[in-house]
Amino acid sequence: MSGNRTRVGPLSGRRATGPLDVDALLDDRGTGIIVCCGSGGVGKTTTSAALALRAAERGRKVVVLTIDPARRLAQSMGIAMLDNTPRPVVGVDGAAGGRLDAMMLDMKRTFDEVVLSQATPEKAEQILANPFYVALSSSFAGTQEYMAMEKLGQIHGDAQRTGTYDLIVVDTPPSRSALDFLDAPERLSSFLDGRFIRLMLAPARGPAKLMTAGFGLITNALTKILGGQVLRDLQTFVAALDTVFGGFRARAQKTYALLQAEETAFLVVAAPEPDALREAAYFVERLGEDRMPLAGLVVNRASPAPRGELSGDEAMAAAARLRGEDPASLTAGLLRLHADRTRMVEREATLRERFAAAHPDVPTAVVPALAGDVHDLDGLRRVGELLAGGLQESPVHR
Amino acid sequence: MTDWPGVQLHVVTGKGGTGKSTVAAALALALASSGRTVLLCEVEGRQGIARMFDVDPLPYAERRIATGLPVPGEPGPPGVVHALHIDPEAALLEYLAMYYKLGRAGRALDKFGVIEFATTIAPGVRDVLLTGKVFEAVQRNSRNKGATQYDAVVLDAPPTGRIVQFLNVSDELAGLAKVGPIKNQSDTMMTLFRSPRTAVHLVTVLEEMPVQETADGIAELEAARLPVGGVVVNLVRPRDLDAEDLVAARAGTLDAARVAEELAHAGLATDDDLVTGLLAEAHDHAERRGLEDSQREVVAALDRPTYELPRLPGGVDLGGLYELAGELRAQGLA
Repeated sequence: MSGNRTRVGPLSGRRATGPLDVDALLDDRGTGIIVCCGSGGVGKTTTSAALALRAAERGRKVVVLTIDPARRLAQSMGIAMLDNTPRPVVGVDGAAGGRLDAMMLDMKRTFDEVVLSQATPEKAEQILANPFYVALSSSFAGTQEYMAMEKLGQIHGDAQRTGTYDLIVVDTPPSRSALDFLDAPERLSSFLDGRFIRLMLAPARGPAKLMTAGFGLITNALTKILGGQVLRDLQTFVAALDTVFGGFRARAQKTYALLQAEETAFLVVAAPEPDALREAAYFVERLGEDRMPLAGLVVNRASPAPRGELSGDEAMAAAARLRGEDPASLTAGLLRLHADRTRMVEREATLRERFAAAHPDVPTAVVPALAGDVHDLDGLRRVGELLAGGLQESPVHR
Repeated sequence: MTDWPGVQLHVVTGKGGTGKSTVAAALALALASSGRTVLLCEVEGRQGIARMFDVDPLPYAERRIATGLPVPGEPGPPGVVHALHIDPEAALLEYLAMYYKLGRAGRALDKFGVIEFATTIAPGVRDVLLTGKVFEAVQRNSRNKGATQYDAVVLDAPPTGRIVQFLNVSDELAGLAKVGPIKNQSDTMMTLFRSPRTAVHLVTVLEEMPVQETADGIAELEAARLPVGGVVVNLVRPRDLDAEDLVAARAGTLDAARVAEELAHAGLATDDDLVTGLLAEAHDHAERRGLEDSQREVVAALDRPTYELPRLPGGVDLGGLYELAGELRAQGLA
């Protein structure tokens, strides 16, 4: 494992541990891309939007790219509909010279655009109408991730040419496997280089050595299972797509390199739950192995720290005494609530400590759970403040 | 007793972070009563079942992992929970072996990367393989000799946003296979999934987004003619304050002097800090309970049988799963 040390992107000058300095990350003009990743339901979309808004109000020209098909970000940004084009967010404080655009990825449209840009019109038409393409572009697990990276590459390229944006914040899809977006380009490449594809392409390329007994065996088996029409569709699809795949692969590799660049910062988002933190640990390790610059960990939805020094056990014991005399005792209820909160906080602290023990060089920001849901810019601002507040979980925390 | 007699396949879905896997596991334990045998399946490659039940990672084979929830006062042993981690590649090879005597061609398919192609790239096929295996476990036939017959199957399914696509296999394959054996197979599967022998339960927490997704999920399931089961409200906060006290806590009018007195009476060294702290915590709690209550009304308006599970402060371990299973049994989901 030597030599694969986690880099800490734009913060790489320091041996960073402890709290994550979110504002330093956002203010650093060297930070051009922030990728928020993590398992589903940990608040990635909110975190991305809050970071983007905070950066914009601190003077950056920001675009936030969300991939979640639910209209969550749209709701939280007060925009009725997001489409494949970045739209300005209304209500952002531009006093510091910054601005914020937002867009939601339309994965099918992105895929279509790539095909149209890579193939001749006739070929493109043939591809777009093929049932395999339709299914692949709208439902294949991994397509979304791949298209997210494709769109990131496009926006980054445009921004560099025109200077429209100096920071791109990317929200990643709630994948089945959290790292599908890293694997998608590789998966596509290995699919293209696979024997099966070469086999399917063989007839289209005229007599080939693969046209042997093996091929007959396979086509017969496939015909038996799928029926002849499916096999013909598949063959047409593979042959047609082959012409545009070279372009795909080159682009995928370019995007991958962009993710590894110094200007990129990955933030792993988690909730203080064993599953989410396990996933986060896996993420941190994978990013390290792939030499992706990790900026830190964001732990959302932390239980707010209890006040005072009364331990959970003491509170429970006292509550039991009070309940013994008066089952409806208000004070007993208060003590039980205190005990519950203390236990939650202790459990979460233990989980975070375990994570930190295994990954000591990952700076962490802990964001306490808000009482309500976030669905407007004020809510996002509040989350942004909490993110930047780092480990100050509660003003009265001792 | 149970609200769902006659259901053989319980599909458990929910938004990420709502604890659908926990609920699926607890439901399997709750269903495995009085000698009944239940299969708990996972399809997302996470090995979550192995972690929850503290056993080694599951292979592609049905393994006994736990004893069901005992029913107090009922004679005889409780039932048994088996678990299965469904992996699409293994499912495809098994399927080919079961339905097509492919022999050498089957091995060639694997060698030429067809299996990998079918399970990773070919659209819809992955889901169909996963649901196909679940179908096979519910509706065992003579092709799978010596396999266990289950009284119920619980599926820890993909999240709410993907559940209709996942179960609606004939639609997913519609563009690809219009005729032929795969088409017939998926039609048979749909017959089971759309029948009263299946119920799709949705897990939520009392927050706006998850409740909204649950409502959307129910509408999508209904539109796809898939049978909607119950709504399981998970991670419910403790109810240690009554309605009147909650109102006072929110308004900041709880009687501080009385609390201080009672704390002293209970033998705690009280200072103003402790009292202020407890009242502030009560205020936070009351605020969250208020939000929960408004979401609970939204859930009630969905007009589905609803079940509530408490948030266990120490997290969910094996003992916690049995506790939740007991709740589900008492409330009638199992």
